[in-house]
Amino acid sequence: MASVIHIMERYEAGSGLKKALAMSRTDVIRQIRESGIRGRGGAGFPTAVKWNLCAVAQSPKKFIVCNADEGEPGTFKDRLLLTERPEVLLDGITIGGYAIGARLGVIYLRAEYAYMKPGLEAALAARRENKLLGKKVLGKDFDFDIEIRMGAGAYVCGEETALIESLEGSRGEPRNRPPYPVNTGLVGAPTAVNNVETLIACAQILVKGPDWFKKLGTDVSTGSKLLSISGDCRRPGVYEVGFGTSLKDILKLVEGEGAKAVQVGGASGRTVPAKQFGRKLGFEDLATGGSVIVIGPQRDMLGVAENFLEFFVEESCGQCTPCREGNPKLLEGVRLLKRGKCSVGYLRELQNLGRTMQAASKCGLGQSSANAFLDITEHFRSEILGRVPATKE
Amino acid sequence: MPEKKATSPKPQASSEKSSHVAPGGTAPTSEKPMTITAGKAGDIGGLVSVKIDDIDIKVPFGTTILEAAKTVGIRIPTLCYHEDLCLAGVCRICVVEVSKQRTLQTACTFPVTEPVTVSTTSQRVRQSRRHVLDLLLSKHYGECYSCFRNNNCELQALAKEYGVDFFRFGHPDKPRFEIDRSSYSVVRDMNKCVLCRRCVRTCIDLQSVGVLTAAHRSDKTKIETFLDRPLADVICINCGQCINRCPTGALRAKDPSDEIWAAIDDPKKHVVMQTAPSPRAAMGEEFDLPPGTSVTQEMNTAIRRAGFDMVFDTNTTADLTIIEEGTELLTRLYKALVKKEEAFVPQFTSCSPGWVKFIEHFYPEWLPHVSSCKSPQQMFGALIKSYYAQKQNIDPADIVSVSLMPCSAKKFEANRPEMRSTGFKDVDFGLTTREMAQMIKEAGVDLPHMPKTHFDLPFGDASGAGLIFGASGGVMEAAIRTVIEVVTGLKAEQVFTDANVIPVRGFEGVKYMEIKVPQTGPMLDLFKPLIKKGRLGKDWTWLNGATLKVAVAHGTANARKVMEDIKAGGKFAGCHFIEFMACPGGCIGGGGQPIPTSPSIRAARAKAIYAEDMGLALRKSHENPHVIKLYEEFLTDGPCGEQSHKYLHTHYTPRGDYLV
Ligand SMILES: Cc1cc2nc3c(=O)[nH]c(=O)nc-3n(C[C@H](O)[C@H](O)[C@H](O)COP(=O)(O)O)c2cc1C
Ligand code: SF4
Ligand code: SF4
Ligand code: SF4
Ligand code: SF4
Ligand code: FES
Repeated sequence: MASVIHIMERYEAGSGLKKALAMSRTDVIRQIRESGIRGRGGAGFPTAVKWNLCAVAQSPKKFIVCNADEGEPGTFKDRLLLTERPEVLLDGITIGGYAIGARLGVIYLRAEYAYMKPGLEAALAARRENKLLGKKVLGKDFDFDIEIRMGAGAYVCGEETALIESLEGSRGEPRNRPPYPVNTGLVGAPTAVNNVETLIACAQILVKGPDWFKKLGTDVSTGSKLLSISGDCRRPGVYEVGFGTSLKDILKLVEGEGAKAVQVGGASGRTVPAKQFGRKLGFEDLATGGSVIVIGPQRDMLGVAENFLEFFVEESCGQCTPCREGNPKLLEGVRLLKRGKCSVGYLRELQNLGRTMQAASKCGLGQSSANAFLDITEHFRSEILGRVPATKE
Repeated sequence: MPEKKATSPKPQASSEKSSHVAPGGTAPTSEKPMTITAGKAGDIGGLVSVKIDDIDIKVPFGTTILEAAKTVGIRIPTLCYHEDLCLAGVCRICVVEVSKQRTLQTACTFPVTEPVTVSTTSQRVRQSRRHVLDLLLSKHYGECYSCFRNNNCELQALAKEYGVDFFRFGHPDKPRFEIDRSSYSVVRDMNKCVLCRRCVRTCIDLQSVGVLTAAHRSDKTKIETFLDRPLADVICINCGQCINRCPTGALRAKDPSDEIWAAIDDPKKHVVMQTAPSPRAAMGEEFDLPPGTSVTQEMNTAIRRAGFDMVFDTNTTADLTIIEEGTELLTRLYKALVKKEEAFVPQFTSCSPGWVKFIEHFYPEWLPHVSSCKSPQQMFGALIKSYYAQKQNIDPADIVSVSLMPCSAKKFEANRPEMRSTGFKDVDFGLTTREMAQMIKEAGVDLPHMPKTHFDLPFGDASGAGLIFGASGGVMEAAIRTVIEVVTGLKAEQVFTDANVIPVRGFEGVKYMEIKVPQTGPMLDLFKPLIKKGRLGKDWTWLNGATLKVAVAHGTANARKVMEDIKAGGKFAGCHFIEFMACPGGCIGGGGQPIPTSPSIRAARAKAIYAEDMGLALRKSHENPHVIKLYEEFLTDGPCGEQSHKYLHTHYTPRGDYLV
């Protein structure tokens, strides 16, 4: 199987928006529902359901927020989309805004992407000029504008409620849910937070139709997915593939055969050992926000776990106990394992702790930060146990 | 169509953010209270079915699982949750299984908006709770033996409840942080902090000060002041509300009991105690009596047995405050209404040192409105080292004056440089209810079984009006009882049933009342010197038919609301007199009172105070014979006279963003 060109197909600026504005809001959402699209940011929530919840919420104010915080280690596909397909994205945001009844869209742009801001601002200005933004968009009874707001570098601010806190000028910490942002979001108003790729796909769906979108993918995971592929392979980069593609095929594509594991979904994703390379990308099995990291045979899996855990120990917002205190304990455990100083009993305690973190943490960060540790300690047991302690401690 | 909102039925803390901006930084913001918008109109006000551990119940839409469980007697452990505060959901000790949810959910935050099945006992739940505790203990440095929260610590109690028998993930053997003892009032030991953020939410939501915030991330997260400065070097009003809501020993009041023991053990020292109205309504809790058990006279005995030479009642100077502050109010009104001169009306009360520091920092331009009266504590202190010392022929240098207070801000107040009208500190040590209880225990005295004794002469027992100072609205009620009688010549009972001024009582954040002056009566002799000075007229006719407007606010977040309204020229700008108390509920909820605190505990304490007032024969400050004698013997030029100004009045410091 090869890579495809699907949502990356040619797109005429404004075309999706024109189509959307010719329809009722409910019909726009119906098109999205028929496409079966689910969020591309990682969680995979059906986009039509999200938009509909926002659309039916009673509120004088509503917002659509484009999550361009792209912070997951190993993800860089939104960077490509933001630089290569800004027009499609801005159409997508405007269509979403129309569908839910928002008058303002916000792009929450990753701090490291500040260099893109002038280009995006220019694109926004041109759209205002062309009546694609502003009062009476395309002459219809629809006022809408888009603002760009910069992140400040915290990974957790990609989590939608932390993102909203950050937008409100507070410390970027996830909120309690429920209530969900579709109900109580930015400044308490119903808010749809969507990934860059989701919004681009939606714009394409409006132009080309739900059936076009569903040509790729599986029943549960329709359409295609952009992947940022990095690590131990000869052809790293951004690829578009249909959902349902197996890891084996992906490795072939990037010339990474011989890998001993693939990390799907970034640091917070799953570590898949070689014997499971038949598994397929999709919400039914291996969900991913786009990050695929190839782990070559020469890598020390404890080094991999250590690397990821160092990231989470750095990036936990520190709000809730399991994540704040749990990640350092797992990291400590990995370092003990590396030195052959972790008993099998204590490893079991740490695995249980990892499961507690998955179950009891407040947000997706803590709920997934133990994934790699659990996968590696399960699938690479013989590799990680029984290391000989260094003679000098 | 209007937005439909269902909030959790429990009253939630206000989310008012502090408008104060620390120099160079922004005020921290607290977690937001939860508002749930219903999907369908029918949901609002409706009942929703919940099944908790096989018990079926129906609860109002939006009730949290924690509240629902409570109604059927299922205990779910909590740590970061506090009844007075908005929801944080950070400790994760309260996790439960909820149907349709992949992960565990926090019972304290999860609102029931559709039928759900909840399990509070699954293996995952048990293991998670235990792990949360194990993790907290892996960072918690402290020895229970030497901790003031021993046996009254939520962390310790949970460790016992969940059978912590070893430190699964280790335990620190040395402290990570230095203890901050810089403040006169609050000691912070972050080695014992479990990062529940109750203090942060208290200081922002209830007090609108915003001293504390969570700083840094991940395992470096720490509760800090602005730039991690010592507490004495940031804008803190010393109210101690954070202490009362801290689940552990991380926050406590600065305890002077060692110095007091030394004074007691020194035969040359005459150690005098004055006791504020609120501790007596709460001290029983420290001896396992139910909240709302008044132990006034048992306490008098216990304090003497602990070694104090004299026990006086601060209510005496509360009564005195009513005379002085009431007179001050009448002179201000005379100046404003009759002489038409600037008189800084409304007059604000000054008995709460937390409030005084609050206004010094946040509304310094309004300080002329604050009554110049010292607080009852400081008035008493000044009298002890002057009037009392002379009368008993004791060198004031040998007197150690201690005050038993519900308050941690009183410690700061006692150390204010302006509080030395006798040349000595008016009050040497402010002691909290908790610390006094500890001293009584340490002396081996079993307080609940002490014989009852009265307060000592020459001050004796005081009035019920002085006593109700302890509850929010009490100062106002005491002032109204006296001012009405003085001005109208009527008995307070003729105007208010049983002389109870109900509208100013209770726990509503801000209370407002209008009182029409039905008639005016004769002028008391007490005011002759003021009439001579032209500060009052020969009679009260200028008040005939007037409507006195008064307000009461407790908790400085509510004080801020009133102040902002006044600044905007709102309803409260038209008031004549406003009572402000820094602590929610007034002094009965003070930062030195027994822990825990909750709305029901504070209500029980207030009830005890009002009941005791009802049982007293003497219920009006101006009828207190000891106060009348004081004016005859010592404050001979009358209320607000020179003698009174020397000892009983003070001035304030417009601090703004500065500390001094
Ligand atoms: C720690 C954390 C980081 C996240 N970072 C991102 C991100 O950078 N970009 C993104 O689109 N979604 C991110 N998400 C997912 C968002 O919370 C949210 O689900 C998503 O933006 C919704 O958009 P979608 O429905 O279009 O996928 C993150 C989630 C978590 C828990
Ligand atoms: S899981 Fe981690 S990042 Fe998420 S709220 Fe808890 S501490 Fe913060
Ligand atoms: S805070 Fe609690 S657990 Fe910690 S030392 Fe004090 S009593 Fe013990
Ligand atoms: S004493 Fe009062 S003002 Fe100071 S930190 Fe505690 S709650 Fe805030
Ligand atoms: S100091 Fe006390 S109240 Fe504040 S976060 Fe720490 S444990 Fe909680
Ligand atoms: S008590 Fe519910 S999360 Fe802390």
